[in-house]
Amino acid sequence: MKRIMFAGSCLVLVVGFLLAVSYYKTWRAAELGFMAQESASTFVRPHSPTLGNDDAKVYIVKFTDPACETCASFSPYIKQAMDAFPGRIKFVLRYAPFHQGADQAVRILEAAKMQGRFWETLELLYRRQDVWTRHHRVLPDEIWKLLPEVGLDIERMKVDIRDPRITAVIEQDLADAEALGVRKTPGFFVNGKPLEPFGPRPLADLIKAEVRANYPE
Amino acid sequence: MWGSDPDWILLFLAWLIATVSTLGSLFFSNVMEFAPCVLCWYQRICLFPLVIILARGLFPLDRQVARYALPLTAAGWLLAAYHNLLYAGVVPASMQPCSKGVSCTEEYLELFGFLSIPLLALLSFTALMCFLIALKKRSLE
Repeated sequence: MKRIMFAGSCLVLVVGFLLAVSYYKTWRAAELGFMAQESASTFVRPHSPTLGNDDAKVYIVKFTDPACETCASFSPYIKQAMDAFPGRIKFVLRYAPFHQGADQAVRILEAAKMQGRFWETLELLYRRQDVWTRHHRVLPDEIWKLLPEVGLDIERMKVDIRDPRITAVIEQDLADAEALGVRKTPGFFVNGKPLEPFGPRPLADLIKAEVRANYPE
Repeated sequence: MWGSDPDWILLFLAWLIATVSTLGSLFFSNVMEFAPCVLCWYQRICLFPLVIILARGLFPLDRQVARYALPLTAAGWLLAAYHNLLYAGVVPASMQPCSKGVSCTEEYLELFGFLSIPLLALLSFTALMCFLIALKKRSLE
């Protein structure tokens, strides 16, 4: 009788422990959502600029080329989606500077990030694209003329853009873009799912579907 | 049914508490991945062997097991008590330079708003003490 009781307790405890482990892992996967996936780090790197709540379960990843017109025109749609689902969306920006000289624009953005003015500078670059891009080529001098508009310390930036860390960021982002099959910009992924077919409407639908899947009413 | 052998039941309950506490501690460190702090480690040193020592005393029932288990339990209880005082801020943690180690006062979880991990440890060492002291008293009678 005693032996049965002891062995039974051992069995109950071991099974209970294993059940707790499996329950906890399931719960945690649901809690973290997309970020629990093994591949998540290819979509989101620690250096990537982000907007929105850290606890959000819907990750919108955009591979952008600052010189790409379509990238600029998609910017308002992201803002709309984030306003429509407050706290549920995290926006991650990745670089895919495919245009000739676009890496110069990325360097300027990263240097602006060091001064805490990343999103303002990106907005400025998108808004005044006509000034600093000509026939799909980047005119960096024109960008420098615009920068005082967002209150950046230009002298400091001229030093910062040569930071080798920026080179590493660009290389990493280009490598991830290639790994994920991004050949055109903007390249969108919502919780790792590529935007297919392309367009503002399908993007809105994909975001809505992911919000519904991750936040069941 | 087991009323005929209350000593065995006392020891069995003590073993159950030690085992549940051990599994819970392993769950925190290996599944939830909370790194144990130094004080946690000292308490684990006192706790983990009890699972085996107390089980050994169950078959056949050896009341003398309290002689070996009580010192470990008492040491664990003292460490847990000190840990709780530190955690509550009654004993000030001395100013230490930042190191890679884990802080003993970092809050990992508060079940129901008050059950911290050090408090869970203190509760299980207290229960172990009660059962083992009771067993020892009965064996002296």
